[in-house]
Amino acid sequence: MAGDALLEVEHLTMRFGGLTAVDDLSFVARRGEITALIGPNGAGKTTVFNCLTGFYKPTVGRITMHHETGDTFLLERMPDFQIPREAKVARTFQNIRLFGGMTVLENLMVAQHNPLMRASGFTFGGVLGIGGYRAAEREAVELAEYWLDKAGLMARADDAAGDLPYGDQRRLEIARAMCTGPKLLCLDEPAAGLNPRESEELNRLLLFIRKERDVGILLIEHDMSVVMGISDHIVVLDYGAKIADGTPEQIRNDPKVIAAYLGVEDEEVEEVEHEIEETAAAAGGEGTA
Amino acid sequence: MEYFVQQLINGITLGSIYGLIAIGYTMVYGIVGMINFAHGDIFMVGSFVSLIAITALGLTASTGLGLTILALILVLIFAMLIASVYGWTVERIAYRPLRGSFRLAPLITAIGMSIVLQNFVQIAQGARVKPLQPIIQDGYTIMRRVDDQGEFLVQISNMQIFIIVLTTLLMVVFSLIIARTPLGRAQRACEQDRKMAALSGINVDRTISLTFVMGAALAAVAGLMFLLYYGVIDFFIGFVAGVKAFTAAVLGGIGSLPGAMLGGMVIGLIETFWSAYFSIEYKDVAAFAMLALVLIFLPQGLLGKPEVEKV
Amino acid sequence: MASAASPASARRPAKLAADLGVTALLSLAIFGTMVGLRTETIPGGLELQPQWTSALALAAVAVVGRLVLHLTVWSRPEGAPPLLPMGVRARVEQAATGTGKVFGPALLVFALLLPFLPFTDRYILDLSILVLTYVMLGWGLNIVVGLAGLLDLGYVAFYAVGAYSYALLAMHFGWSFWLCLPLAGILAAFWGIILGFPVLRLRGDYLAIVTLAFGEIIRIVLLNWYWFTGGPDGISGIPRPSFFGIPFDRGEGGFADTFGLDFSSMHRIIFLYFLILALALLTNFVTMRLRRLPIGRAWEALREDEIACRSLGLNTTSVKLTAFATGAMFGGFAGAFFATRQGFISPESFTFIESALILAIVVLGGMGSQIGVVIASVALIGGFEVFREAEDFRMLIFGVAMVLIMIWRPRGLIATREPSIFLREKKSVSGALVAQGEGH
Repeated sequence: MAGDALLEVEHLTMRFGGLTAVDDLSFVARRGEITALIGPNGAGKTTVFNCLTGFYKPTVGRITMHHETGDTFLLERMPDFQIPREAKVARTFQNIRLFGGMTVLENLMVAQHNPLMRASGFTFGGVLGIGGYRAAEREAVELAEYWLDKAGLMARADDAAGDLPYGDQRRLEIARAMCTGPKLLCLDEPAAGLNPRESEELNRLLLFIRKERDVGILLIEHDMSVVMGISDHIVVLDYGAKIADGTPEQIRNDPKVIAAYLGVEDEEVEEVEHEIEETAAAAGGEGTA
Repeated sequence: MEYFVQQLINGITLGSIYGLIAIGYTMVYGIVGMINFAHGDIFMVGSFVSLIAITALGLTASTGLGLTILALILVLIFAMLIASVYGWTVERIAYRPLRGSFRLAPLITAIGMSIVLQNFVQIAQGARVKPLQPIIQDGYTIMRRVDDQGEFLVQISNMQIFIIVLTTLLMVVFSLIIARTPLGRAQRACEQDRKMAALSGINVDRTISLTFVMGAALAAVAGLMFLLYYGVIDFFIGFVAGVKAFTAAVLGGIGSLPGAMLGGMVIGLIETFWSAYFSIEYKDVAAFAMLALVLIFLPQGLLGKPEVEKV
Repeated sequence: MASAASPASARRPAKLAADLGVTALLSLAIFGTMVGLRTETIPGGLELQPQWTSALALAAVAVVGRLVLHLTVWSRPEGAPPLLPMGVRARVEQAATGTGKVFGPALLVFALLLPFLPFTDRYILDLSILVLTYVMLGWGLNIVVGLAGLLDLGYVAFYAVGAYSYALLAMHFGWSFWLCLPLAGILAAFWGIILGFPVLRLRGDYLAIVTLAFGEIIRIVLLNWYWFTGGPDGISGIPRPSFFGIPFDRGEGGFADTFGLDFSSMHRIIFLYFLILALALLTNFVTMRLRRLPIGRAWEALREDEIACRSLGLNTTSVKLTAFATGAMFGGFAGAFFATRQGFISPESFTFIESALILAIVVLGGMGSQIGVVIASVALIGGFEVFREAEDFRMLIFGVAMVLIMIWRPRGLIATREPSIFLREKKSVSGALVAQGEGH
């Protein structure tokens, strides 16, 4: 099962007026693998995601989802809400989009809208209290609990999603996406803004999803420890075009990538580390003074 | 053809009035992102203040041309001044305390303020319509047709010339204010990003207040024009005119000054032509239906910037 | 007002004097023109009647009022014990959330017993019927505005569709109220979908203005479609309700006769009261039920974040349309009730101000809060009646109250949200976290 093509992107091009955000991009994401999409800021990664999930209609190109049943879906032809529903592609957002005024559990229930809607007899049965809605709701809560447990959010189930700390919100968004029962999970910078411990928790969750649930993961990420640590396959974008495609090992040694991306990033990392040390020292000094 | 030209002139006149009110909506919406529901009533207040001033000055049609012009300028300035005070006060009392709060709250206070203004004027000035004898009379015949049905004249009245010229003049002045003065720059900055504007030393509260004042002053001009053109006003004229002017602002692309004027023209023309060729009862339906159509097919309005959905 | 001229500095006499001077000047400009010079129509034109005393008195009130505010509310140091409103605020909050479980049922018991309480007379019942009508309308609109976050300024259109549907069906076909009621609801819902379709893609305020326009279009059509709707004359002689076929008549076969009671005109009023109470409770029951169903959660999710909804496979078009249709349906029910109660309807009952009033009830109550709608309806409609004596000043006071309450509590009286489902413990969500449905 693992290893065959899940998502096939062919000649994807997206233009906004005169700007070509994505330029003739082709790659394959495989079932049960973690594929990372990396590249400097403005390389067009999020645009690719928006094309995959139907928020943008690509100018040119074909995006195909292959289910193990043999069904195929041409994503560029589907309205956005049908992509998670039929083609089973779920996503998260760079700037977290939770239902902040609803509780954690409610967020996960909304994600199971479509099966629950059917179970409630499209509301009519539910209002009258007939049909199997109660049983379906119980099942939905169980699935929610399962993912709450995996995401380590069990204790916060009844709190407002907007009240959670940042790291928890990130994991909640992933849990919510998983509650739609996806075959491909697209994550837009899931590690952004996380501290090393939270990053570690995130990695564990992603590896679990890949292994236990046999879900393909497509990942946009800047944090190289995440990318190199968990990816099976990396696609590198620069100015909207693909400059490299391979295993983490191959990417690490690709001179083009180093030039365009990693070289800069390493310096930055060093700089940031240095800064953190300094601030930590300063804060420590203040604390004792 | 002649009939068409006549309606065109009438439509442009009406459009000028709507356009001037629409500018107030569009500026306020641009800068604070709220529908200033009471704006139509500021227009009504401007109209009443003009009426009071004209009566106080004893202006009639028999007043000499020079004196009439002078008096009208005085009336205009007075009405703009008083309406500005109203606009400023409404902002200060009903909107400023709610700035940055729940989005619907200022909409409700705006509706409340609109009710307050209408009923205040109704109590203070009486509920009955106020007629005003025509002050600016005569006009020019620009086209003439004689056929077996009789004579048909296309006329442009001095009143219409007055309205169109004054509107054009004010448009130019206000465009210059927005484009060239520090106030205009501050306004555009607040429109883009209020926090950033405050950080760069712009007095945001003052800028917003001045925006309301400018909108109110223009509404007062429209109020005077409305009074002179139709000759009858009451405390309720603000509602319908306000809704249509807002329609004009949305139609033209909210936040855009020329858009507001263009939208006003379109609404004025639709209303006039619809009344002339179809039925006068459904003229408002035509204007509102136009709004719905434009928003559905061109959500950013005629001159607004298209919005790319941010995901 | 609260943010006006920083309080601390205003306490200094010079600043205070300047501030009051400006107030005096502005209020003179405002009142001096509009109140001070009243235009009166006389033969041959207009004349001015000076009313300087009233104008000066009003200006003086404004200045003194500001002075008092400066000396009390605005000069309180930070962290001073809260003023009375804070206490009231806490109590309202408590009534709604903490003791909400008791408050709601208590209110219900009171409503059920009201017609039989000793002090209840015709006036109180009529007023209660009016309040309940607005409670029902508020609950209906709450689905659209409070839950789904779609700002609808033309809700009165559905009220009108319901009223005219009932009136026309009952008069032309002689159908009974109980047959017409669901039809009125269905027709209103149908119009909800028709009007909802074109506005689906619009963002918050655009949606508001288009719904306002639609509301006006429907009113203008009712006003001008003379042969069908009677135009401005409206429709009169609409069949009054009967007790499931038994009319509230004096004499043989009437309600009093059938049940062996003495005839009283109150029977009809009491019946109407229970009718609207039942309809309102039905609205509430269905709404509470829907909130716990996927469709209700989808509405709330839509209010929170439309894009996230789409990323989870929710068809936002149908989510919006169902909200519009459901809200419209209840508006239609209320309209049918209004028609049968009044016996006469005309476009005048369905003006924008009605929409504004219903929206004010929803927002003042606290968006999405069912009990908040009840409190706001009682406060607004009841308060409106209290000032009945003041006739002309009634609307003015009403407008001022609307502004002041909103400034006092921008998020409405009940600002917290109750979750629709919980795992272990039901925790209210603070209003600050709940989105308002900006449409993005």
